[in-house]
Amino acid sequence: MVSLLGIPPQVLFGQLLLGLINGSFYALLSLGLAVIFGMLNVINFAHGALYMVGAFVAWLLLTYAGIGYWGALVIAPVVVGLLGILLEKTMLSRLYKLDHLYGLLLTFGLALILEGAFRHQYGVSGQPYPIPAALQGGQNLGFMFLPNYRGWVVVASLVICFGTWFAIERTKLGAYLRAATENPTLVQAFGINVPVMVSLTYGFGVALAGLAGVLAAPIYQVSPLMGTNLIIIVFAVVVIGGMGSILGAIVTGLGLGLLEGLTKVFYPEASNIVVFVVMAIVLLIKPAGLFGRER
Amino acid sequence: MPDGMHTKTAMLEIADLHGYYGESHVLHGVSLEVRQGEVVTLLGRNGAGKTSTMRAIMGIMGKRTGSIRFQGQELIGMAQHRIPRLGIGYVPEERGIFSSLSVDENLTLPPVVKDGGMTVPQIYDLFPNLKGRGSTQGTRLSGGEQQMLAIARILRTGATLILLDEPTEGLAPVIIEQIGVAVRALKARGFTIVLVEQNFRFAATIADRHYVMEEGHVVDMIPNDQLEANMDKLHTYLGV
Repeated sequence: MVSLLGIPPQVLFGQLLLGLINGSFYALLSLGLAVIFGMLNVINFAHGALYMVGAFVAWLLLTYAGIGYWGALVIAPVVVGLLGILLEKTMLSRLYKLDHLYGLLLTFGLALILEGAFRHQYGVSGQPYPIPAALQGGQNLGFMFLPNYRGWVVVASLVICFGTWFAIERTKLGAYLRAATENPTLVQAFGINVPVMVSLTYGFGVALAGLAGVLAAPIYQVSPLMGTNLIIIVFAVVVIGGMGSILGAIVTGLGLGLLEGLTKVFYPEASNIVVFVVMAIVLLIKPAGLFGRER
Repeated sequence: MPDGMHTKTAMLEIADLHGYYGESHVLHGVSLEVRQGEVVTLLGRNGAGKTSTMRAIMGIMGKRTGSIRFQGQELIGMAQHRIPRLGIGYVPEERGIFSSLSVDENLTLPPVVKDGGMTVPQIYDLFPNLKGRGSTQGTRLSGGEQQMLAIARILRTGATLILLDEPTEGLAPVIIEQIGVAVRALKARGFTIVLVEQNFRFAATIADRHYVMEEGHVVDMIPNDQLEANMDKLHTYLGV
């Protein structure tokens, strides 16, 4: 096999795949954050914790109710979404009239409480979650070996991301969402119940995080800290993509995952910081983010 | 002014309306009434409370006391999103065209609340400028076209009372002319219209009656056919 700059292709493609997997999770999570930020103007620090809750719901369903992966893929996002709506109705909605910082502080506190509770109950060692039978094994693509489950994660998250993009940018419901993001008062003056829309949007955004949690369970271990590890990078992704930009979140999430993978091949020492270096450069050149609009 | 008009029922009755934005008291006992099919203007200087009166009707105001009745129903205390559903359409001063929506999406955004709204082809007949611009980004239209779009999107909803806040502001005379033609056409169709205007020459061409506001309340009512006789008084009110 030919090598590229002295790098065997197996290594290169292996890391690119890993990057694409990570990028899929960045995209799913930053998409939810973007939807929530656009509508609520809240930087949802509880996003990582709710992703973790999604993974735990899948694990609990399997361990205590015998409900497997496919059931969890439906149930866990619904549970996390309903939990989100409850949090929004009872707590977040009281903060909209105050500075945005209060929403950030509240969700940060919620994240600490959720993570602390799961840590107390289940420890930090992490629980294994099996790959569903239908997705075990892999394909030899000639230049690399592709585990079926990882291929599924990439495809599933792409479908969900672009499905969400389509729903927001190309449908009537999405038009309400975009309009209410711009001018909630006027949309309300047309007879739309905006507070209900806001609750549902928050529920939908965190349900995406719950779904990402289920997808992640067989790849990473189900651990109370899995959200904390990921969320900092996801925030960087959102900043680079542009706060509130749907397409920006998706493209930047996948792109930065790949960039991280490439960095691991060519200059592994920088792989943990490359996202933040990109963030600093983007902020210097285009403070609103690559896809963001100045507000 | 036809005498028969007085037998028509009042569509909108506002009595002793007080309104507040936070701590500041902006409406001080507004009272007025609008009969079905009438075009009524609110005249007055900047800060007299014209826009605030409209916002109070729509419930876009922190606190309101007094009474606002639409077709007999009290609006004060009603959930904000229910008020437009009674058949009240609002065209705000800043027009409120959404930049993230196309012209078509802007046009079809407000939900239809009653039967009898205008169809999209009828709306294009009224505002030919909007025809064929459907996929354009809403805010790429000219100021006059944005104003037309802001009015057009309300006509689809079946609203019978339309609140028009300064539709001529910042527009060229030829565009103002077009807006005037459209408003007269709406009147002919039986819409009831409350119009906020600084430009009373424009108002005089379409209105039945004028309410003059000062410092958060109504100080005078002048029927349009007595406008000439009251010109001096009006000049004093408006400070022109």
